[in-house]
Amino acid sequence: MMRLAEPEVSLEAQILSILESVPDPEIPVVSIVDLGIVRGVVTTDTGSSVVLTPTYTGCPATQAIEQDTRRALDEAGYADVAIRISLSPAWSTTMISPAGHAKLRSYGIAPPVEMNGPAECPRCGSYQTHEVSRFGSTPCKALWRCESCSEPFDKFKCH
Amino acid sequence: MDENLFIGLQQVGDDALVLGQRLCEWPGHTATVEIDLSLSNLALDLIGQATLLLEYAGEIEGSGRDADRLAFHRDAEGFRNCLLVEQPNGDFARTILRHFLFSQYALPLFEALQDSPNDHLAAISEKAVKELSYHANFSSEWVIRLGDGNSESHERMLRASEWNFRFVDDMFAEDESWRELSKRSVVPSRASLRPTFEARVADVFTTAGLAIPEQIWPLTGGREGKHSEHLSHMLADMQVLPRNHPEAAW
Repeated sequence: MMRLAEPEVSLEAQILSILESVPDPEIPVVSIVDLGIVRGVVTTDTGSSVVLTPTYTGCPATQAIEQDTRRALDEAGYADVAIRISLSPAWSTTMISPAGHAKLRSYGIAPPVEMNGPAECPRCGSYQTHEVSRFGSTPCKALWRCESCSEPFDKFKCH
Repeated sequence: MDENLFIGLQQVGDDALVLGQRLCEWPGHTATVEIDLSLSNLALDLIGQATLLLEYAGEIEGSGRDADRLAFHRDAEGFRNCLLVEQPNGDFARTILRHFLFSQYALPLFEALQDSPNDHLAAISEKAVKELSYHANFSSEWVIRLGDGNSESHERMLRASEWNFRFVDDMFAEDESWRELSKRSVVPSRASLRPTFEARVADVFTTAGLAIPEQIWPLTGGREGKHSEHLSHMLADMQVLPRNHPEAAW
């Protein structure tokens, strides 16, 4: 595929707009850009690379995210852009964008708020909620339950 | 090759690998699905940390061994983990207390390693600290819940203490390589971490209504590759597939 000539837009902006269409493999409603996994685009004399950071060291999705990013870049004509994994600064839930928060909530996952505060039920908005298990279906989520509507829900862990 | 760094990284990486593997023996056997999930999530963190640390150890060694090669193709004598993490799971009280003691040691260790002049080790540690603070919280809550629970859970915590505290000295033991690394300020001395450990353990034990056992006969040797027989049994299970099918790939 030919790369479109867009002289007005920086390389970083072009690449970020491509990666906005790459969903997180575990929570496909948010993109890897929304989640803050894409840390930016670095350009040096030897070329450009996309910098990714893993959420958890053992997160099984990390490898899938790298492969999906590679595929998206290749398909958009950016085969020459490399991918670099960076551990520092460590990923944190504060890197999730406001758009990411809104998408998580509409998907039924309470977005990360302060560690010990009550979570807002993503279904009915109640704060009458409690933690059922600190560990949920993926490393990044905890299992909660709403006392108002009685529904269980996932809460994105503060990290 | 920086032989001391290679050995030091194996000590920290093997602790995480061996404890992660032990926790993987639990799912399907705990009382509730939430605990199954919790223990496998803790294991996932540890195996993630082990992968980064052993991958780096392999790079330092420079003879082409990667994390998998180190994990699956060393014998027990080649492992540098402390004795505590290789202990069989026993009952839930023993597993929880083992995890509590380990995370109260590992958390201050990685907190200190964040300031290591070795950038790669500092970056790995920055991630590990976030994960291990969760481990420390989770296991502290359970120590309190079991210690301050009913007579059965309290009694089991006493037995778990007698079992686990024998391995605390070994966890803090330093071999020649670690001493050299700490002289170069690449790692903290383990002795310097001990006051923090003692204080946090005492805090939680007081809340849990538990006493730290007075009389113990400490066992050591893990950091130098002298292990209990339990490690070889665990490794036999862990390594059988890659050893029988060395070219197997996912």
